Amino acid sequence: MRAPMSWLREYTAIPEEVSGRQLAEVLIRAGLEVETVDEVGAGVGGPITVGRILRYADEPQKNGKVIRWVQVDVGPEHNQPHPDFPQGCRELVCGAHNFTEGDLVVVSLPGSVLAGGFEISARKTYGHISDGMICAEDELGIGQDHTGIIVLPADSGLAPGDDPAQYLVLRDEVLDIDVSPDMGFCLSIRGLAREAAIGLELVYDDVVKLPTPAEKLDGYPVVLEHPDCPLFVAVRVNGINPDAPTPMWMKRRLAMSGMRSISLAVDVTNYVMLLTGQPLHGYDANALTGPIVVRKARAGEQVTTLDDTLRQLHPDDLLITDDTGPIGIAGVMGGMTTELGERTADVLIEAANFSSRSIGWTLRRHNLPSEASKRFHRGVDPAAAYSAAHLAAQLLVELAGGVLDPRETVAGAVPDVPTQIIPAELPSRILGVDVIPERVNWILRKSGVKVAADGGNLQLTPPTWRPDLRDPYDYVEEVGRKIGFDTIPSVPPIAPPGRGYTRAQRLRRAVNRAVVDAGFTEVITFPFISEQDLDQLKVPPGTEHRPLVRVANPLAETSPFLRTTLLPGLIGAVLRNTSRGNDDLALFESGSVFFARPGNPAAPIPAVDHRPSDAELAAIKAAIPSQPRHLAAILSGAWRRAGWQGAADPADWRMAFHFAEAAAGAVGLELVRSAPAESGGFHPGRCAELSAGGVVVGIAGELHPEVVAAFGLPARTAAVEIDLDALFSQAPEGGNIAAISTHPVAKEDVALVVSEDTPVGAVAAALREGAGELLESLSLFDVFTGGSVPEGKKSVAFALRFRAPDRTLTEAEAAAARDAAVAQAAARAGAELRAF
Amino acid sequence: MSDLSQEAVDGLVAQALEAFAAANTTTELKAARLAHLGDKAPVVLANKSLGELPKEDRREAGQRIGQARAAINAAFAAREAEISAAELAQALVAERVDVTLPVEVAPAGAPHPITALMDLVSDAFVAMGWEIAEGPEAEGEWLNFDALNIGPDHPARATSDTLFIDPIDNHLLLRTHTSPVQIRSLLSRPLPVYIICPGKTYRADEFDATHVPVFHQFEGLAVDKGITLANLRGSLDRFAQAMFGDEIRTRMRPHYFPFTEPSAEVDLQCFVCHGESVGNPDKPCRTCKSEGWIEWGGCGVVNPRVLAACGIDTDVYSGFAFGMGVERTLMFRNNAADMRDMVEGDVRFSRSLKGAAR
Repeated sequence: MRAPMSWLREYTAIPEEVSGRQLAEVLIRAGLEVETVDEVGAGVGGPITVGRILRYADEPQKNGKVIRWVQVDVGPEHNQPHPDFPQGCRELVCGAHNFTEGDLVVVSLPGSVLAGGFEISARKTYGHISDGMICAEDELGIGQDHTGIIVLPADSGLAPGDDPAQYLVLRDEVLDIDVSPDMGFCLSIRGLAREAAIGLELVYDDVVKLPTPAEKLDGYPVVLEHPDCPLFVAVRVNGINPDAPTPMWMKRRLAMSGMRSISLAVDVTNYVMLLTGQPLHGYDANALTGPIVVRKARAGEQVTTLDDTLRQLHPDDLLITDDTGPIGIAGVMGGMTTELGERTADVLIEAANFSSRSIGWTLRRHNLPSEASKRFHRGVDPAAAYSAAHLAAQLLVELAGGVLDPRETVAGAVPDVPTQIIPAELPSRILGVDVIPERVNWILRKSGVKVAADGGNLQLTPPTWRPDLRDPYDYVEEVGRKIGFDTIPSVPPIAPPGRGYTRAQRLRRAVNRAVVDAGFTEVITFPFISEQDLDQLKVPPGTEHRPLVRVANPLAETSPFLRTTLLPGLIGAVLRNTSRGNDDLALFESGSVFFARPGNPAAPIPAVDHRPSDAELAAIKAAIPSQPRHLAAILSGAWRRAGWQGAADPADWRMAFHFAEAAAGAVGLELVRSAPAESGGFHPGRCAELSAGGVVVGIAGELHPEVVAAFGLPARTAAVEIDLDALFSQAPEGGNIAAISTHPVAKEDVALVVSEDTPVGAVAAALREGAGELLESLSLFDVFTGGSVPEGKKSVAFALRFRAPDRTLTEAEAAAARDAAVAQAAARAGAELRAF
Repeated sequence: MSDLSQEAVDGLVAQALEAFAAANTTTELKAARLAHLGDKAPVVLANKSLGELPKEDRREAGQRIGQARAAINAAFAAREAEISAAELAQALVAERVDVTLPVEVAPAGAPHPITALMDLVSDAFVAMGWEIAEGPEAEGEWLNFDALNIGPDHPARATSDTLFIDPIDNHLLLRTHTSPVQIRSLLSRPLPVYIICPGKTYRADEFDATHVPVFHQFEGLAVDKGITLANLRGSLDRFAQAMFGDEIRTRMRPHYFPFTEPSAEVDLQCFVCHGESVGNPDKPCRTCKSEGWIEWGGCGVVNPRVLAACGIDTDVYSGFAFGMGVERTLMFRNNAADMRDMVEGDVRFSRSLKGAAR
């Protein structure tokens, strides 16, 4: 909503010294988002004056143009002596031809400045000294028209030498306001002037003065068939002059409010809408056939709206119809067949009220935001309809010479407004600041609320223009806005002692910190995937492998599903990074994945006036997709680049396990690696299933060469994905501080020969198991093949450290423990002790 | 029988001192030590031969030899200290390395700035005794809309604004704010409730420099006896101070949200210029665009309809709520220029915030 200050001042006497900026501050405090204050005509100034054309001569030029050499009377203060004119004049060159002798025009004399900082000076042109310029609308910054110069009407009351600034509204301040959905009453000069008057404590003159009469149908016949239209006022003005021009003041107000001037009749309906907030529609009364019926659309109906678009109607669209069918979509846009035309003499003015709910759906369905639908959607004062219709009729009578038809139609009535009873102290109690009852009363009355004190309670009846005042807290807000939120003190509440982070939150943070410390960089990607992503990741088809959740209205039709794995997002991140020259990557993401519930159950929508039943809540929860939290990483390029320390260390499958172990270690778990039943998108010979406490928690390794090829990833890209919920389910609670033995350590090294395909992990596990409680640590220090090691075998060497808590181990004890370890390795992994 | 005369003994001492002085390395010194203090050294042999002396001469000769050994030992110790000091000095020079060589063991990891910021916000509220509540991103429509007084006719429920899960009639969606976590908390936690809900949210929004369809929020909710708008303001001020410094204040401007009444937008006093750039063209502020205040989020007193939908007695309890965008906070707090960078996974974005800036 754009509101010129001069217009607001007509309904409340805002003092001249209050600037647009200052008024904006007042309105902002009242809850209006004033986005800008435009200073119209701020740069225009100097000797700009009214002139009368004394004489002109058309002079054809070599370039084909015909210029006019004009003598113009600009008043005694500015006229220069001229032999032909006793009062004197100025002489100037003009390119326009839309004027004649005796016309009043606007002349900018040398020294004046026009829109855009254009400075006027006397200059030589077309063989004359042009001593100024006759102005068009655009040059004065009051319109876009440059088809001709401004010819002031003879009845403007202006004379040569007068300042035209006031008549042309050359200067004004315009507030551009973004009105929030609950303040529809401020989509009008009427509403904004009221808020300004309240904020500045000024007298306010309501433009809506006529009470709505009881239903009468002596004018044009109107039938209301649906409660979404509770009131329809129809007033008729006959015999208007279709050629009557829109007066300058109205044009200027429409222009400053952001509306184009079209024709007087259309301009009048728009003008009254801006003024009162009541959208009006003008019909060519003679184009209507039979009674107007307001009803919902029927199957298959269509209408061509004023924007010349044929629209298919929906059964919930509210229509204005006559005997020919739909002639407009109620409150949204009129139809072509009955619109006001160039020759329209008899105008039927509609001022109706429509349900904001109905209009809201219709404007969304047809994507038709209009000045009218915007207002109806936010709620229009039903009590303004009758007055607005008469304001428009009166303007047509005054400006276009029409005659008001005394027969008028008021179908329906202004709906009742709901009263509310609130405790008088409620505003103070909720705002947290004392507002004395007298002030609460005063504020609410100023806002148009009828207030009746009843003991400790207030009985409140909102004005018809405030559909937002419904609940007790709505009145609290009204009081809060009027006292100003800046008067609310700052009082931090005292929360009860909290329990800190939950276990899952603590573990998640620990894991994130650990993998960052381990050298990985976190990314966040979009969680949308395609079936092709899963195909390329070798996820088998079928809902048992792909319990996908589909987005009904996806952002991209190519990725309509929610991720079941974090890998597609990470793969995308690798591709984006490598395309930008970031080749050495160790990326991770932590986030939800989504699995559909079997049978896709629906969630209920319980009532909202009480807590849902346990069964309803359980049904909602049962319908929501399961959403475990995953942690995944991807590696490519170099972990450490080749350099003075040696050759490059590739970011390969090893670092995938490094990542998994860092994550598990952060929550006190050691992972067991084993061959997966299904290696899926991983290299079958270079991946392992990860488990903790006997529960599978993830998979890690090098990606399958076909996966790498399908996505175009760097060769040997490695990845890991962990189900954090599963990992955390195994994480130990608490723990004991180790008893520190001060007895010496006994070191035993063993070299074992095993089959080449025996995993080192299995040998180590067997050694560990066989070594028993005296084993303090075990570490692999060598793996080799060839030499004295037989074909098909490998030698693996471990350092074992034994220590007892209570004594120094004898050589025999240490040797016995070592032998037991080797025996277990022999039994479980076929290991043979290798002689050094 | 050794010559144990004073002259002879002095001669032994002189020989030893000369030998030690001639030694220039630890090895040479060791050889000299063996020759002059070892088992076969003259002074040791002389000592052993004392017993062969007549009783009356032994004491005097013993003293002479004792003094001589002490002198030789002292000379050895002194020379040993000199040589080891010289050798250490040599080694320190010889072992010098170029300490400016880059040392790289593992790549430097980094958390995503959004994660780091959400952790920081959570810490600030946990320190005030609040708790962190979380919920699913795919959510029930009732929890995301109806329970929050966003009725079936509200425009936000259109498919042009909200991402729904197929089929739409199943009433499931991708949450458009973290507010359903507030509803879940009110339905499951004992009162009073003081919680922060950080998390990922979704809207069918544009994807440009200032909008991403998948973004992050943190929302706060306090429901207790006697909660007021003044308490909201107090919490916002305290939070702003925890994040941006002790002097920072907030400002509330009236606004409209279905789930709060009264509702307001909250502005943060500019933490860079503290408002000094306003009307001061010589000192423009890029953080607040010289407006002195930065739009931060929405807030208000919880609409009693929301509490009623959770079965809470609105005559006894009241509450306040607020919500801010993490991406937006990151943009003004750390001058992130383009929101798209936050979801494109470029490692340089995550790595750019270091240390305390996280």
